[in-house]
Amino acid sequence: MAELEGLYQELILDHAKRPRNFGPLPGANRRAEGFNRLCGDRLILYLRMEGDVVGDVRFEGAGCAISTASASLLTEALKGKTAAEAEVLFQRFHALVTGDFAAAGDPDELGKLAAFSGVSEFPVRVKCASLPWHTFAAALHGAAAPVSTE
Amino acid sequence: MPAESLASAPPAAAFDAAAARREFPALAQRVHGHPLVYLDSAATAQKPRAVLEALAGFYREDCANIHRSAHALSERATAGYEAARRQVQQFLGAASEREIVFTRGTTESLNLVAAGYASRLEPGDEVLITGLEHHSNIVPWQLACERSGARLVVAPIDERGEVPLEEFERRLSARTKVVAAAHISNALGTINPIAEFAARAHAVGAVLVVDGAQSAPHLPLDVQALGCDFFAFSGHKNFGPTGIGVLYGRAELLEALPPYQGGGDMIRSVTFEKTTYNDIPYKFEAGTPHIAGAIGLGAALAALTAWDMRAIAAYEHELTAYGLELLGGLRGVRLIGTARRRAGVFSFVVEGVHPHDVGTVLDSRGIAVRAGHHCAQPVMERFGLPATTRASLALYNTRADLDALAEGIGRVQAMFRS
Ligand SMILES: Cc1ncc(COP(=O)(O)O)c(C=O)c1O
Repeated sequence: MAELEGLYQELILDHAKRPRNFGPLPGANRRAEGFNRLCGDRLILYLRMEGDVVGDVRFEGAGCAISTASASLLTEALKGKTAAEAEVLFQRFHALVTGDFAAAGDPDELGKLAAFSGVSEFPVRVKCASLPWHTFAAALHGAAAPVSTE
Repeated sequence: MPAESLASAPPAAAFDAAAARREFPALAQRVHGHPLVYLDSAATAQKPRAVLEALAGFYREDCANIHRSAHALSERATAGYEAARRQVQQFLGAASEREIVFTRGTTESLNLVAAGYASRLEPGDEVLITGLEHHSNIVPWQLACERSGARLVVAPIDERGEVPLEEFERRLSARTKVVAAAHISNALGTINPIAEFAARAHAVGAVLVVDGAQSAPHLPLDVQALGCDFFAFSGHKNFGPTGIGVLYGRAELLEALPPYQGGGDMIRSVTFEKTTYNDIPYKFEAGTPHIAGAIGLGAALAALTAWDMRAIAAYEHELTAYGLELLGGLRGVRLIGTARRRAGVFSFVVEGVHPHDVGTVLDSRGIAVRAGHHCAQPVMERFGLPATTRASLALYNTRADLDALAEGIGRVQAMFRS
């Protein structure tokens, strides 16, 4: 298998242990719940859209290191982005964790999210990394039911 | 012989785990550069050479449909299939081979019984299960209750993961028609007191359905001495093929149950007006069954019998005690499920590390465990956990496997230390 260090990069371990933007978001106008059926993890994502722009985004819940770090880095990456920019980033992130590096594009443009480049070598962990993003998309589009990774 | 003394009766000879292990080719491989340490037998067990050869032999030489065609291959296939049924009968201590139904696995066996009772239960009736059941022994009963108007009642577990007998008794009454309980919990390792459940269920006129998925590979069984009215297990957890399983049912109870599926082999005569069903067990075996699977399972049972289930149980008992002491002594590791009578299933939490991450790090060292809710979400909820890591033993495991696990956990802790 790929090296464990490729999966648990320093940045990921750091965000897993000390997640940023963790906790409820007063004034949130969107909210969605994500559920990983495989491990029972739950994640709640709070979003405050200011017009078309992500004014603030925070999350709560318990998950593995990969999903926690992914949610934490998502909040950092998306704050201030427009809905359209967020969608593009989601697509590129998804390409990255499923190993489609061509579609993921220039790692420099992915910024810190590039730390997830090792995930594609661990197929069972792809869902952990993508759950927060699916949950964000659900919040953005106002889906009512909890999203799952199935 | 009383059921409880079965396991403690001295085996003829001690079990030679190292020799048995060599019969399992899959265990000889390396995974991610490390020798495989397989600690996920509660999910599925590896297969001995005898099973692989029985499967290949059937397909190579005897492949034909059973009970149908008048030619040599079909006769051999039928003989092999029915010989496997006799082996299951002997393995379980059933009174007759008519009481052995081949199914796809434990889940289908339990669904077969629950669907049968769904047509007989009435509003006001109750089905009693325990708090440690696998989803396979919960959902079929929920469906049966929904269809019949009966009520599902749960005898809860305590903080050890045991079902206190007084909690069980308190929920038992003349309304109880079915009691369904796991012999061994796949999430906690608890061994339920089946003989006690049986006596109490029978005293109120209920039948006892036992989910034996986790006990058949580990304990010597005698369904009559235990007092089981039904007993379900899966071939694949019992060192046999996937896709084959068993339902044992007392003959008069099987006879009274309606068929589960309609089709070939389960009928005696069909006209468009009326169908007469075949005798048990064929009434429950519609369509071409998993012939090769049954024959493979027969080979697995023959191997277990040659090794002697009493000797295997004694060996695993000692290995489990070793594992409990080893894992129990690790700082920052909490065992979930501390029943006094227990099998070699260790559910645990590594403080501050999610079970998924534990599983990934262990896998990178060739150690196969399961992380998740183990299809027993109510058990996880009882302990306030979304998931645990689970290491489970089988006859081919050794102390070295458990030592590797303990070392691997140390590596996990080093990696995630904050
Ligand atoms: C206690 C218990 N019951 C039922 C099952 C279901 O078995 P199967 O998936 O083989 O039908 C399992 C297997 O996970 C189990 O451990």
